[in-house]
Amino acid sequence: MIEIDRITKTYNGVRAVDSVTMTVETGTITVIVGTSGSGKTTLLRMINRLEEPSSGEVRINGESTLAVKPHILRRRIGYAIQGHGLFPHHTVARNIAAVPELLNWSADKIRARVDELLTLFSMEPATFRDRYPAALSGGQQQRVGVARALASRPDLLLMDEPFGALDPVIRTRAQEDLRRIQQQLGSTIMLVTHDMEEAMRLGDRVAVMDAGRLVQHGTPAEIITRPATDFVASMVGEVERPLRLLSLVPVSDLVEAGTAEGEALQVGASLRDALSACLWTGRSAVPVEQDGRRVGRVTFDAIRARARVHP
Amino acid sequence: MTQPGRFVSAPGLLFAALGLGALLAPFMTISANRIVEGQGVKVWSLAGAGETLVGIVAVTVGLALGVPRVWPRLRLGGAILGLAGLLWLLMQGAPALLDGAGEYARVSPAIGFWCLFTVLMLLMADALADLTPGPFARAGLLTAVLSALALVLWSGALADLSVLQEFASRKNGFLDAALRHLGLAFGSLAAAAVIGFPLGVLCHGRADLRGMTLPVLSFLQTIPSLAMFGLMIPIFSWVGETVPGAQAIGIAGIGFAPAFVALVLYSLLPVVGNTVAGLASAPPAAIEAARGMGMTPGQRLVRVELPLGLPIILTGVRIVLVQNIGLAVIAGLIGGGGFGTFVFQGLNQTATDLILLGALPTVVLALVAAIVMDILVDLVRPTPETTP
Ligand SMILES: Nc1ncnc2c1ncn2[C@@H]1O[C@H](COP(=O)(O)OP(=O)(O)OP(=O)(O)O)[C@@H](O)[C@H]1O
Ligand SMILES: [Mg+2]
Repeated sequence: MIEIDRITKTYNGVRAVDSVTMTVETGTITVIVGTSGSGKTTLLRMINRLEEPSSGEVRINGESTLAVKPHILRRRIGYAIQGHGLFPHHTVARNIAAVPELLNWSADKIRARVDELLTLFSMEPATFRDRYPAALSGGQQQRVGVARALASRPDLLLMDEPFGALDPVIRTRAQEDLRRIQQQLGSTIMLVTHDMEEAMRLGDRVAVMDAGRLVQHGTPAEIITRPATDFVASMVGEVERPLRLLSLVPVSDLVEAGTAEGEALQVGASLRDALSACLWTGRSAVPVEQDGRRVGRVTFDAIRARARVHP
Repeated sequence: MTQPGRFVSAPGLLFAALGLGALLAPFMTISANRIVEGQGVKVWSLAGAGETLVGIVAVTVGLALGVPRVWPRLRLGGAILGLAGLLWLLMQGAPALLDGAGEYARVSPAIGFWCLFTVLMLLMADALADLTPGPFARAGLLTAVLSALALVLWSGALADLSVLQEFASRKNGFLDAALRHLGLAFGSLAAAAVIGFPLGVLCHGRADLRGMTLPVLSFLQTIPSLAMFGLMIPIFSWVGETVPGAQAIGIAGIGFAPAFVALVLYSLLPVVGNTVAGLASAPPAAIEAARGMGMTPGQRLVRVELPLGLPIILTGVRIVLVQNIGLAVIAGLIGGGGFGTFVFQGLNQTATDLILLGALPTVVLALVAAIVMDILVDLVRPTPETTP
């Protein structure tokens, strides 16, 4: 558990981060969203003490971060810097191995971990291991940057716009990969983005920042249905609101007995996917499939009714 | 490049024109003795018509081969052929001119030779620049050139030249001077590195120290070299007289010690300045990432800043080495030894060839040092320039 307690950072009298208090539960993903300059990076960097807070403190599992030497603290926290920050003179493998090397892992263990991570991020180890960062695309560089942050399996990961340079297809896959890795390892992640879509998809909790202040901290559904301020509402977007909400609900919630025509959806798909299928093919219901077997259907009317019920 | 420039190398054309012009200037001089002014001899009257013609043709063809730009290897071959022609002409001219000219007569290369030599060296450099040889090819080439030079000198083919006669009468002194010169240049470099490198690392971490150190070192650099060596004399004679035991280890107003210290002072700015610049050249994002993953300042220095800055730091060492090989000549003025001894003796006696005996090895040494250091800088470059 990470407790951020009235943390403030002042630059030349201006508060870049203004008395932010929040608690991050172990094993969850918290996404920090906000416009450019709202203090997201500064907040993140105060957690691993790359910036020293002007006031307030951060406690990790009850222990103040001020109680340990900064470099010891940072070795326990994975950090993916905004814009990758790879070492240009090291190969991809050495870049990923940076923290394990600091922690004196054995060479065999490091090599295995590097290959494992490259595979995880869909980069063929034999092809990429010995390349230099200059010979990678922007998206590949960013994935190596994230892999480097994950290398030592830290309990806590801080990620600053880790997927900013990825195209939508790779981005979605990287988000799914991250979700999967996080669930496997049970790690705690704080991730900065200014993409609300990404926040909704990844976040167990979403923290919205505006001009240095934390204006709302809650589940994606809460952020969508009960925005605390006009700013949060505008971040969510009035037009996208129902769609964002539907995207949070799995089809399995509304499955009913019965049959329907046409191509089927997987139970894991969201109601937004189901709505989209209805609209595109002009159907009033779509069949739902689980493990290749039809288990029922979801109807257009049910989706519409669900979108009206704000929790 | 414009259309005609596709087949004709513009510098090659210039070199050919300059070279042909230089062929008309006096190629060698002959004088009655080592001090009086000599008389110029045109290239075609050096020796028998047959011998000189071979040399002239070689030089002309060599220059001509430098003109087409399509095949750089051919241009390189032209430069080598031209240089061989020059050597041939010297070898033929020197004994022929001395024949019957009297016991004290001296022959030397003259303006025509030096111009042609320069032009052909430039042609060689230009052709090499087109070929862009890798560090190992350059090292091989340097070794080949130096071996050829050593072979020519050792064979005695040029022993009739005045500068080599000066050498013959000072064989032991020459070796001493060479060792002393190397000692001054490399010793001062080593001392400057031992002081300057840690100082640079300290300055890198602390802006206040940097703000104080660099201006002082820049100021030292602006002191004219003659004045600097001159200033050392009173300082060191005072130290020699007041500090007990100083004289016993050879510290006095003149000699090796003041020259050495002057060179060290000149070396500090390039060493410290380039160390600071090199360490600061790492991308800020990489430094941030290094901090973020928990590297200590020392680990950051060794793993990130130093390897990324090494080419710039070594460039500083290169500057110092070349600079000190040249500046060490002035040590001859305050009794510090080295090739400068010959230069200043030659100036006193108005014996031009004695000056050359000091100057030529200095130039060769500086060139070799520059090339070797460039090769080293290439080798330590942290990432390959062309990515696979
Ligand atoms: N070292 C610094 N000195 C002075 N001001 C700073 C410094 N670092 C950040 N700031 C200011 O603090 C504010 C917050 O910056 P921060 O980098 O946290 O924004 P951000 O939310 O991460 O923005 P972005 O989405 O563009 O990355 C900005 O107004 C910025 O100008
Ligand atoms: Mg930021």
